[in-house]
Amino acid sequence: MNKVFYGKLIFECSSTGRRGYDLPENTFGKSLNDFIPATLQRQATLVLPEADEQTVARHYTNMSNNNFGVDTGFYPLGSCTMKYNPKINEEVAAHPAFTALHPAQPAETVQGALHLYDEVQRTLAEIAGMSAFTLNPYAGAHGELTGLMVIRSYHMSRGDEKRTKIIVPDSAHGTNPASAAVCGLQIVEVKSTPEGTIDVEALKPLLNDEVAGMMMTNPNTLGIFETKIPEIARLVHECGGLMYYDGANLNPMLGVCRPGDMGFDVMHINLHKTFSTPHGGGGPGSGPVGVRKGLEQFLPNPRVRKNDDGTYGVSSEPTALGSVSSFLGNYGIIIRAYAYLLSIGGDILPMVGKLSVLNANYVKEILKEYYQLPIDGLCKHEFVFDGLRPEFGGDHHDESHVTTLDVAKRILDYGFHAPTIYFPLLFHEALMIEPTETESKDTLDSFIEVLKNIAIEARDERDKVKNAPLTTPVRRNDDVKAVKDAIFVYNA
Amino acid sequence: MAKFIEGLYYSESHEFVKVDGEFAYVGITDYAQSQLGTVTYVDMPEEGDDFEAGEEFGAVESVKAASDVFSPVSCTVVEVNEALEDEPELINKDAFENWIMKVKLNDPSELEGLMDAAAYENFCK
Amino acid sequence: MSNNVHRYLPHTEEDIRKMLEVIGVKSLDDLYSEIPAELKLSHPLNLPKAKSEIEIRKVFNQLAKENKPLICFAGFGAYDHFTPSIIPYITSRSEFSTSYTPYQAEISQGTLMYVFEYQTMMTRLTGLDVSNASMYDGSTATAEAMMMCQAAAKKRNRVLASETLLPQVKEVLRTYAKFHGVDLVFVPEENGVTNRNVLTELLGNGDVAGVIMPQPNCYGIVEDLSGIADECHAQKSLLVLSGPASPLGVLKTPAEWGADIACGDAQSLGIPLSFGGPYIGYLCATSSLIRKMPGRIVGQTEDVEGHRTFVLTMQAREQHIRREKATSNICTAQGMMCLYVAAYLSLMGTEGLNKVNELSAAGAHYLHDALVETGRFADPFQKTFLNEFCLEYKGADLDALQKHCAEAGYLCGVKVSENRVVFAVTEQRSKEEIDEFVELVKNFG
Repeated sequence: MNKVFYGKLIFECSSTGRRGYDLPENTFGKSLNDFIPATLQRQATLVLPEADEQTVARHYTNMSNNNFGVDTGFYPLGSCTMKYNPKINEEVAAHPAFTALHPAQPAETVQGALHLYDEVQRTLAEIAGMSAFTLNPYAGAHGELTGLMVIRSYHMSRGDEKRTKIIVPDSAHGTNPASAAVCGLQIVEVKSTPEGTIDVEALKPLLNDEVAGMMMTNPNTLGIFETKIPEIARLVHECGGLMYYDGANLNPMLGVCRPGDMGFDVMHINLHKTFSTPHGGGGPGSGPVGVRKGLEQFLPNPRVRKNDDGTYGVSSEPTALGSVSSFLGNYGIIIRAYAYLLSIGGDILPMVGKLSVLNANYVKEILKEYYQLPIDGLCKHEFVFDGLRPEFGGDHHDESHVTTLDVAKRILDYGFHAPTIYFPLLFHEALMIEPTETESKDTLDSFIEVLKNIAIEARDERDKVKNAPLTTPVRRNDDVKAVKDAIFVYNA
Repeated sequence: MAKFIEGLYYSESHEFVKVDGEFAYVGITDYAQSQLGTVTYVDMPEEGDDFEAGEEFGAVESVKAASDVFSPVSCTVVEVNEALEDEPELINKDAFENWIMKVKLNDPSELEGLMDAAAYENFCK
Repeated sequence: MSNNVHRYLPHTEEDIRKMLEVIGVKSLDDLYSEIPAELKLSHPLNLPKAKSEIEIRKVFNQLAKENKPLICFAGFGAYDHFTPSIIPYITSRSEFSTSYTPYQAEISQGTLMYVFEYQTMMTRLTGLDVSNASMYDGSTATAEAMMMCQAAAKKRNRVLASETLLPQVKEVLRTYAKFHGVDLVFVPEENGVTNRNVLTELLGNGDVAGVIMPQPNCYGIVEDLSGIADECHAQKSLLVLSGPASPLGVLKTPAEWGADIACGDAQSLGIPLSFGGPYIGYLCATSSLIRKMPGRIVGQTEDVEGHRTFVLTMQAREQHIRREKATSNICTAQGMMCLYVAAYLSLMGTEGLNKVNELSAAGAHYLHDALVETGRFADPFQKTFLNEFCLEYKGADLDALQKHCAEAGYLCGVKVSENRVVFAVTEQRSKEEIDEFVELVKNFG
């Protein structure tokens, strides 16, 4: 990453009269005015950049140099599974035999595309222990919403209209309650025990005939495996609810333990986390949804199916919950995930999970001397510190103590991305670290060294940490000013 | 340290009620503003709105938090503090002076269910 | 253990041994010792073994052979516009593609800046004040707009939507409305456009939170929306316009029609067809609606040294803060696709976008007239269109015609009813291609 801030917007690289495109000549002999009456034409002048091709190429290349990706360096952003994004995935996804397909093409002309879609559906079902998958949802949050729609559709199909409550642990991602609210469900929060897992005794009184289901991740957002999951699933099923698995934390379970075998009925997977597709600065992702046997008919339209004659087709079912996407989801992302699934195969898959757990525990065990580990014991793919230990500048009673935000900013100075901060909400100074299996011991050792150094700086040279970052392209930003000034568009 | 003013009524969701005859001023407490940080926006009710005790009447936003505010009493809004529209950070300067809404109390006996300054200070510990 | 070495897994046997020692467990399996045995997989997964890159390329070459891209005369929400060659080069820079949501603004100015550029360009196209950092696709963007209307109206639940919206948009609206509790009512179509009398009547009940109109509509018709905004606003309803982004360059803008929200798919701004995704939904609104807007928003600010910088802002609206009070669960945007759009519009500029629309419209009208001239098609509506239009097939079997065309390598529009088909033309279709296609239709059967 370039330490010098580039800072220009494309509008500032523009010069009247420059052009970055060429198009064929209009040989039809007619112009817009021949087709569109003036009353239906745009009146306002449209101002867009005017730039030649090289200017555009340089502008975005310079901007990219002020950006940090997994290819730049270690990116231990908790709950986001920032693993390596293989390049073969990109190569195959760029094949014109896929990128040039129109979504309305007849099935006979897109057999390869549908075949791939179906292979991914089946592979995910095998990995997750589910009966069927749809790949239409566009993102994790979209998968959650779709999954909850499946649950509501199931209850509605039985004429059970009063099940409008969903149980969500207090440690859940904010998206869980938000998805439930969008789906028209009321959220009932269940507390965690001091050990960071769901309090089964607190759950029991919440269960009744108004409960549509319960949303969980396992391992949970603290990286702890919920060992009471069989009992929890039994209780929820006994009261008539369904179990929803948020696949955000599926990575450590790969090839070891399947959501379907844990008692979950509906789930989503984030292809951009677990199956190595690039996070793209926030998207496009993909959030396939899987269901256990007996719930397949509720999955959204359109469905891709293998016909009896071995060909593939697309169909819509009247029992489906409806549709949640224009076409068949983020197809280009599904291609990438398929390349990864083939690369890893059934034989290597368990190593992915196990090494992600090895990496997380290794970092945790060494750094707990310096950072507050609220819950000791084995974690899975990630873990959460509650800020620095008191003897390393983290003493809350000291007004000028070093916060998690300070630590995160100082990490940037050392050339790493920061972990997730201030989530989960169970702790005030949460610092959530997820190393992923694609990081070597060497990288982890350097990261550990840096976090130790920062703890020592926090004790001995507090200002260095408080003023961080010092060496990044830009320094700390005024977030209040951004809200107050409310500038969301460029004005010359 | 957060301020706790005698003579006001306080709710567990950190609103205060300052009674003035049959009217009252409702806003968020000094403790609440200190927890939120710089307030960037106040979503205010409209004049004439009716609220039950415990009903949400708006929201206060800071950079990284949004907190719904609940009316501690059942009431009808007679005035909203328009100054907060342009300068929401007035709440940080003095939360008790910069109330959010002036209301007509429907049932003054409800005030007895709220905390006094000492009880609220203790509640915040 | 050497058979567990893999190109994506850097651990040597020695590394694993040392790391286990630090943790204080004996084996990798012991890292899962707390998990009840009955939950663990007792058999290997029924999946093929890991493949090398050489083998993977072969698999994909085979799949590619099972596909047949067609010369495209279809649109219906997905348009075969031109993607300038440098766009994939820019978007494949892994500093962009392998980053995530720009939580750490100090090392994410690249992402934040292209999103800010994207937001600026979308507001200029729609004429509205603010844009978010994008949505999944046009259908979900329209569904989010519907929920925005409901949230903004507080006590009104009813949203009206025209039957002339794209079927996939209507389907997603129906789904979201059913679960979110929106009373969605469709305004019928008459002669290919929205029935204004019914719209006026429904609005007159005074219980409508928003009205969603297409532009252009599912038949490609540019509807005359005069007076609708006034009618909506008089009834305290919002007006939403939903449509593809490219035509915004030349058609009367959502702001000029008086819309409060503009949304739709921006795939038409340089994004490849890719069998339906990834695309990008755009969502713009007047500034008074900003706190009801879903998704991320990037704003301008300063760092401590006074540089003009960019950050994620207005986060108090978002799902991770609002939790169960949220009116949208959108977490992320289609980041990479914002970059596609920003780079596309940077290259094309106003003039280029104009030419794209002009060439597309000229080709479409040429095709329209030529198809009608064959005597096999008639225009049921005879209304203003840009680059997409609906024709009625006079023959007996439309399916057979489409099949015949596909075999010859052409995508013969999208069938919308027993005998109606919607065609689209973009700047990528030459006169020769159109002539060949028309010949094919003429000589069929």
